Amino acid sequence: MSEQYDLIVIGAGPGGYVAAIRASQLGMKVAVVEKRTALGGVCLNEGCIPSKALLDSSELFAMARDKFSRHGIEIEPPRLNLAAMLARKDEVVKKLTEGVAYLFKKNKISLFTGSASLKGADESGLQQVAVEQAFQLSFANGDQQAVEAPQLLKGAKVLLATGSEPIPLPTIPFDGELVVSAREALGFQEVPEHLVVAGGGYIGLELGSVWRRLGARVTVMEALPGIVPSSDRQVADYLQRSLKKQGIEFRLNTKVTSLRRLGNKAMIQFGSGQDSGEVDCDRLLVAVGRRPLLQGLGAIELGVSLDTSGRVIVDENYQTSLTGIYAIGDLVPGPMLAHKASEEGVVCVERMAGKSAVVEYEYLPGVVYTWPEGASVGKTEEQLKDAAIPYKSGKFNFLGNGRAKAMDESDGFVKVLAHAETDRLLGVHIVGPRASDMIAEAVTALSFMGTARDIGLLFHAHPTLSEALKEAALDLHKEAIHG
Amino acid sequence: MDIRIPTVGESVVEALLAKWHKPDGAFVQKDEAVCEIETDKITMDIFAETSGQLSVLAPAGTILAVGSVIGQLNSAAEQPPAPTSSANAVDRPEAATSPAVRQAMREIGVRSGQVQGSGPAGRILLADVPDTPPAGHLAVKPPSAAAPGVVRSEEPPTYQASVPSQPAESAPGEERIRMTPLRKRIAERLLRARQQTAMLTTFNEVDLAALQAYRQQRKQTGSGVGLLPFFVQAAVEALRLFPAVNARIDGDDIVYHRFYHLGVAVSTDKGLVVPVLRNAERLGLQEIDAAIAGFVAKIKANQLAIADLEGGTFTISNGGTYGSMLSTPIINPPQSGVLGMHAIQERPVVRDGQIVIRPVMYLALSYDHRLIDGREAVGFVKAIKERLEDSSWLAGLK
Repeated sequence: MSEQYDLIVIGAGPGGYVAAIRASQLGMKVAVVEKRTALGGVCLNEGCIPSKALLDSSELFAMARDKFSRHGIEIEPPRLNLAAMLARKDEVVKKLTEGVAYLFKKNKISLFTGSASLKGADESGLQQVAVEQAFQLSFANGDQQAVEAPQLLKGAKVLLATGSEPIPLPTIPFDGELVVSAREALGFQEVPEHLVVAGGGYIGLELGSVWRRLGARVTVMEALPGIVPSSDRQVADYLQRSLKKQGIEFRLNTKVTSLRRLGNKAMIQFGSGQDSGEVDCDRLLVAVGRRPLLQGLGAIELGVSLDTSGRVIVDENYQTSLTGIYAIGDLVPGPMLAHKASEEGVVCVERMAGKSAVVEYEYLPGVVYTWPEGASVGKTEEQLKDAAIPYKSGKFNFLGNGRAKAMDESDGFVKVLAHAETDRLLGVHIVGPRASDMIAEAVTALSFMGTARDIGLLFHAHPTLSEALKEAALDLHKEAIHG
Repeated sequence: MDIRIPTVGESVVEALLAKWHKPDGAFVQKDEAVCEIETDKITMDIFAETSGQLSVLAPAGTILAVGSVIGQLNSAAEQPPAPTSSANAVDRPEAATSPAVRQAMREIGVRSGQVQGSGPAGRILLADVPDTPPAGHLAVKPPSAAAPGVVRSEEPPTYQASVPSQPAESAPGEERIRMTPLRKRIAERLLRARQQTAMLTTFNEVDLAALQAYRQQRKQTGSGVGLLPFFVQAAVEALRLFPAVNARIDGDDIVYHRFYHLGVAVSTDKGLVVPVLRNAERLGLQEIDAAIAGFVAKIKANQLAIADLEGGTFTISNGGTYGSMLSTPIINPPQSGVLGMHAIQERPVVRDGQIVIRPVMYLALSYDHRLIDGREAVGFVKAIKERLEDSSWLAGLK
């Protein structure tokens, strides 16, 4: 039983599973090796999706508790059934991972469950991938069945899509209980008394928000002078003030240096330049960054080239320094985002099929699902200044937006940046209600190389949040109607 | 300052703006080539008359009348500093295109400047992008599998850095590409030559042993010249002997030329170009050689002028450069004859009752039988042959 594949994808996260489906559409015979029994990778199992499930649940909880009375709804203070909330989250995850399995079946993708390692090319040039503790999910009889699988797969090309893992603090290793990564922070069985979050990036802020809304004291410690460091500063500063109003404490320029255990609790020492101090907590969420997951894969042993930050170096076809071995997603440079991995997966296999696809990274949006949400695409004001690109800026506050007022969610603003001479849109930054959905219009406009005038001329249904984008675009030319 | 389609020759009224060498908004130095135009006779570059920022007013692919303004150079604009970061990529005003249009253009290896847009304000719509590259456009080669050593170290691939590629398999069946003006005009002329003349071809062969020996001898004395100058001189003498071959028909008259303007065919990737050696009868071997080399350099630099192509009275073509052994060249009206040279091959021939190996070239003369008799045509080729085989004639050349 040694079937040959056109493509072996290692990892069934948003990069790998999307690449596998696209490759199958393009006529390739595809095998996927995934070590989890559930598909979808970190994104579906312990990242984007479960965190959003909890963010939405906790937001409803906080809304019922804090906002209903302003709408004239008087209720008893809501009680939290955390077990039910977590169960709903798990149900969402299960439905979606099963959805991916269905797509594999529909696209006739062979799925092998187990850990993969590269074994180099055989004498005929085929790439060899060993699968440990392998069983193959067969879709033959409608239901999935585990059947004995070959230990060695052979394929013309291999796509590495193993993603990333959280980086531990240098002095404080993960223990899965007190010192945890995002995975465990999505499943705390009790609301922590005091959750300290090391790292003010989007993961730390989102999970910090979840537990803050559910009643925990939350302190975010960020080593840099501002949170969400790659964001437009105005957006990040606004977001920080907003989260502070919700009760999240911030310590910037601060690093967690050590931890002293006291039973189920701990004293955390932190330093901030000259200053230092300590604080007690019962959970420490470490969200200081993620690193490519290459361990055990055999790629390093085969001599794959890495850059100085440990990312896999690839060419324009996403081929690594090893011929026939490709890599995408969190393994390669760029922001570690699910939608980036998916696009790279599609483009990578399309280029294998001779198409001229490219990923247009300049239009890659980023979202932080706090409340208000933060979302952006294109250049930040800081980047434009650094690059000495002449630009104009337009801004509109949700305070002036009818729908936001009706929703009682008028925190935030939209900022539009366009070239001073050509008016071409260079960046759009939103902090506010449903910024994650609003950014789609901005991505479209930027991708079509549109101008601020274009957005100003488009119909925007009234009353909608999207009118704020139009007003910000008009404001760029000092023509905002409601500004 | 306006950039116009220049007046390139008396019979040229329109030109194809083939491509812009510089993108819209680029800063162009004086004398830099900004675009390429193609007429029915010639492909040439247009050079910036002043330094300045380029505004493209006519998209590539349009056919425009001579004198049309196709762009402007704003010499008041300051030259921008060299780009220091990839962020400058969005600084350049380029034609706005949608993601699907960009994808389609990458598939055929063209840029936005090379496709004419039909949308509002000239915007390129998906339907404007052809399935295949426009004729004359050299498609960028599809990416080969990257060598293991080829790696990038900083940013992931970006749109700007990517290599446009071709589909691995082109669609089955046929491919329809519009003729360029140059190709169209060639087609018309060739057809007219066939239809409007009584064209006939006569052949002979020439033993080039003496010529090769003589060329070798000259080479050793440092005065080496190409093959063509000898054929030019032999042809000039033969034309003197048979004036009808150097004549043309004008209505009911035959016009004999007292000058010998010889077109010499030079092949380029855009088609055959026939620059004219004026008054070849006055030129020595070295001068002819230098003049031909000058034409080749000008063609390569897209600088050949229309004047270089006009007024020929007879043409020498050379299929031998492609390896042709024998062919029938087509007359370039209103000329009445064209001599075809071919590849030189060693062949067994009989000399003084012995079979010997000699370097032989077939000669072909296509002539307009309306004014050239067969006797004249055969005599003309024979006159060339006899000269080229005569070492004393060769030795007497200037």
